[in-house]
Amino acid sequence: MEKLVVIGAGMASGRMLEHLTDANAPYQITLFNAEPRGNYNRIMLSPVLSGEKTYEDIVTHDADWYQSRGITTRFGEHVTGIDRKRRIVHGQNGAVPYDKLVIATGSAPFMIPVVGRDLPGVIAYRDLHDTNAMIAAAQPGAEAVVIGGGLLGLEAAAGLQMRGMKVTVIHLMGHLMERQLDPSAGYLLQKALEARGIKVHCKGATKAILGETHAEAVLLEDGTVYGADLVVMAVGIRPETRLAVDAHLEVERGITVDDQLRTSDPSVFALGECVEHRQQLFGLVAPLYDQAKVLAATLMGEASAFQPVQTATKLKVTGCDLFSAGDFADGPTREDIVFRDPGRGIYKRLVIEGDRLVGAVMYGDTADGSWFFGLIKDQTDISQMRDTLIFGPAFQGGGSVDPMAAVAALPPDAEICGCNGVCKGRIVDAVLGGADTLDKLRATTKASASCGTCTGLVQQVMALTLGGEVVDTPAGMCGCTELAHEDVRRLIKAKGLKSMPAVMQECGWTTPDGCAKCRPALNFYLLADWPLDYQDDRQSRFVNERNHANIQKDGTYSVVPRMWGGVTTPAELRAIADAAEKYNVPMVKVTGGQRIDLLGVRKEDLPAMWADLNDAGMVSGHAYSKGLRTVKTCVGSEFCRFGTQDSTGLGIRLEKLLWGSWTPHKVKLGVSGCPRNCAEATCKDVGVVCVDSGYQVSVSGAAGMEVKETELLVTVPTEDEAVEIITAFIQLYRENARYLDRAWKWTARVGLDWVKAQVVDDPDQRRALVERFELSQSVYRKDPWAEHAKPGARDEFSPLADLRLEAAE
Amino acid sequence: MAQATEWLDIAALSDIPQQGARLLRTGAGCIAIFRTHDDRVFALDDRCPHKGGPLSEGIVAGHTITCPLHNWVFDLNSGQAQGADEGSVRSYAARVEGGRVLVSAEMLTRRSAA
Repeated sequence: MEKLVVIGAGMASGRMLEHLTDANAPYQITLFNAEPRGNYNRIMLSPVLSGEKTYEDIVTHDADWYQSRGITTRFGEHVTGIDRKRRIVHGQNGAVPYDKLVIATGSAPFMIPVVGRDLPGVIAYRDLHDTNAMIAAAQPGAEAVVIGGGLLGLEAAAGLQMRGMKVTVIHLMGHLMERQLDPSAGYLLQKALEARGIKVHCKGATKAILGETHAEAVLLEDGTVYGADLVVMAVGIRPETRLAVDAHLEVERGITVDDQLRTSDPSVFALGECVEHRQQLFGLVAPLYDQAKVLAATLMGEASAFQPVQTATKLKVTGCDLFSAGDFADGPTREDIVFRDPGRGIYKRLVIEGDRLVGAVMYGDTADGSWFFGLIKDQTDISQMRDTLIFGPAFQGGGSVDPMAAVAALPPDAEICGCNGVCKGRIVDAVLGGADTLDKLRATTKASASCGTCTGLVQQVMALTLGGEVVDTPAGMCGCTELAHEDVRRLIKAKGLKSMPAVMQECGWTTPDGCAKCRPALNFYLLADWPLDYQDDRQSRFVNERNHANIQKDGTYSVVPRMWGGVTTPAELRAIADAAEKYNVPMVKVTGGQRIDLLGVRKEDLPAMWADLNDAGMVSGHAYSKGLRTVKTCVGSEFCRFGTQDSTGLGIRLEKLLWGSWTPHKVKLGVSGCPRNCAEATCKDVGVVCVDSGYQVSVSGAAGMEVKETELLVTVPTEDEAVEIITAFIQLYRENARYLDRAWKWTARVGLDWVKAQVVDDPDQRRALVERFELSQSVYRKDPWAEHAKPGARDEFSPLADLRLEAAE
Repeated sequence: MAQATEWLDIAALSDIPQQGARLLRTGAGCIAIFRTHDDRVFALDDRCPHKGGPLSEGIVAGHTITCPLHNWVFDLNSGQAQGADEGSVRSYAARVEGGRVLVSAEMLTRRSAA
C-alpha cells in the first residue's frame, strides 16, 4: 500500500481525509499536526470566544475518528523538514517515509512590526490556543484593543465585548471590512457596532504598543492613545510556507500549485490557505473544501481540476446583518442598482454587467442574499427581471414589471412616507383636494417633507392620481441625489451625520461614492458643521485646495504668500525675491487683493518653496481657496490726511481672525479709512467703510461676472462690535449657504432682513455664531504648509516613479 | 506580433491615496495612475484632449476622473469622454497584485511604436 503523509490537520485537510477514507482509498496515512488536537471548525472560534459555544461543540474530527479510519496521528509534533530526494518527512519524534505528501500548513497571523508587539498581553487570533488566551484575559471592565477591522478582528471585538470588556477597534482603512463591503455598508456596520458599545477608529495606523512588563496601551500615528489590558492583532494572515521554502518547492506568496493541487514536485501536493493557485490566495472555507475534493480525487487517480468559484461572506456577529458576494467593484461596463432605506438602516447594492449579476453587498436585510448569490454563481440572465431585481425573489413574476404599475397596485393604506407616517390614500386625497405640486402636498400632508428619500415615490403617486402629468421637482444637488443642497445641509445637522458614507446612506445617494460635484460640497458641509469630529478629505477637494496652490493652464501653480492687510516688510520681500530666483519663477505679479503672486511654479517644487517661505515667517495666502482670501486696506488714519480710523489695523486684525477658515465660496474683505473708499470695500463680500462716528459694515457685494454694490448691514461705534458682527455674518454664511454660492447669492436667497435678524438684532445668536466660528478656527486657523512642507510629507507632491531612463534603454 | 503583456511593478498600492492619483514620468510623457474607492487601479495619459489639463489632479469618483481645468469627465477604463464632450485619452492596462501596482510595459514604448 502506498504511504501518504499529511502535514496539518486543519479544515481543508480534514475534509480531504474524509473523502479519501469514505472511498477506502488504498493509502497508509500519517497525519502531523503542530496543535495537540485534530480538526475543529475554526470558523466557529468566534462563538467560542463570545461564550455562545464551547470547544467540544466545534470539534469535527476527534481522536476516535482518525483511529476508526486507520489514520496514524502525530499530534502536538512539529515537522522539522522534508527530504524530497529520499521522500522522508522528519518530525520532532522521528522520520516517516512517503510516496505522496500533502502540505496543508494553513496560514500564520501577520504581526505588524511595531514596538511592543512581543509584550505579554498581545495576541493574534488564529487558533484555539489564542482563543483560550483571550478568554483568560477577558476580565469584565478591562480594556481591549483589536487591531484590524476585518472579518476576524470584528468577530474578536464582538466576542470580547460580550465577555464584558471595553473594546476599541483600530482599522487602517477608511471603513470596516473594506475587502467585503463598500463604504456605505461599512458605515452601517460601524454604526451598529458603536451602538453596542464598541469604539471604532478608522484610518488609524498603529505606531507602538506601550507597556513595561505587559501591554498597557496602544499608540497611534496620529497621537491617540487607547488603554489596553489586552491587544488582539487581527490585521491579516499570510500562507505558512516555511517547510515548502526549506524543501525548495516553488513558492510565491503561497506554495504554487496547479489545477490538481500539485506543487513543483509531482509527488508533493498542497492545499488550503498555504497555497497559491493562479496568483490567488484563499482564506474562506468554500474554495478550500473544493480543493479538498479535487485533491482526494487526484490522489485516487481520478481526473479532477480545481476551479476557484465566487464566494460569499457573512459576519458572525449577532445583530449585524451583512452579506457580500461576488465582485462588487465598479467598472465601465458595470451598472449599480442601489437601494437604501435610511429609516430602517438598510442598504443593498447589486452590480450588473450586461445581463448578469456579478456582485451584491447588503446590510440590514440579507434575507435574499442566497438567492442573489445563486444568480451570481449560475450566471443567470437577469434582463427580464432587472427592474424589480433589487426587491428579491418575492417580486419576480416573469416578464418585466412597470414600476408605475407597482405603485398603482399598492393598497391605499400602504405607507409611502415613513418619517411622517403618510399612506398612499392620504396623498391621493390631498392631490384630489388640490395639492397638485410637491410643495403644496408637503404643506398639506408632510409627505416627503422630512428626509425626502420618498420624494420619487410620492411623485409617482401624484402622477398616477393626476393622470400622468409632470410634477415639478426641486433640483437635486447632483445626479447622485434628488435632495437639494439645503435639504442635505439640514439633514446633516438634524441627524448628526458626521461622515461622507453616513450622508450618502442616510440621504439615499444612488451612487456608491458620489461624484465630482457632490463630494467637494459634502466635504465642506461636514467640516463646517462638525469641525472637531470630521476630518477633511483631500481627495474630495478641487485640485487647488488639495495642493494649496492655484493650478494654471499649463499645469504649473501660482504661489501667493499671505500679507496681512496688504502690509509687508523688506525682509518678507527679500524672502519672496529669493524664492522667486531659487525656483526660477517665470512671472512675479501684484494681485488685485494687494498680494504678490509667483506664477509658473512646478508642483514638485511647492513643498520646498513653502519651507523657505515658512522659514521667513510667511504662511499660505489661500489665494486658491473657497475660504477667506484677502482683506484689502487703505493706509487709514495712521498716514492718510483724510483717514478717520485705523483701517489698516482693522484689516490686519480681521485677516488674523478669519484666515484659514473654509467658506461656501471665496470671501474677500475690504476696509477703507474714509468714504473716499480707496480699498474698494463696497464691492467685496464684506466691506467696512470708516467714518468719524464709527464703522459702516456692509455685505454681499460682487465685482466679478456680476457687479454689485454692498448693502449696509449696520453702523457701529466701535471696532470690537464691527469685528463681532463680521465674524457672526461669516459663520452664518458658512452654516447656511449652498456650496459655491457667493455671499451675495446666498443673501439674495434668504433675504438680508433674515441675516440682520440673526447677526444684528439678536445678540445671543450673534455670540453663539462667533463661538462656533472660534471652535472651528481652533482646528483650521493654521498654515497648511506647516504640515505639507515637512520633509516626510512631501512625497505626494512628486511623481510616483520616473521611468525615463528605462524608456531610453 | 502579439505578445503576452509585460508588467512593470511601479509602486505599492498604498503609495496612491484612495480616490486619488499619482504621476508616472516616462520618456514619452506623463501617465496618471488612479486608485478608486474600491482599490482598482487605472492608467491614463496625463493629458486631457481638450486643453491638456493634468488628469491626475482631478477628482476620482466611481470609475471616472473629472479634469481639473474644465470639468471634462472620462471613463477610467476606456479613456472615453462622458456626456456631451467628445474625445478620449489613451489608457493602459494596470492591475493590483499582492498590494503592488503593475502597469503594462506597453506605455514605455507607446510613441516610438507609432
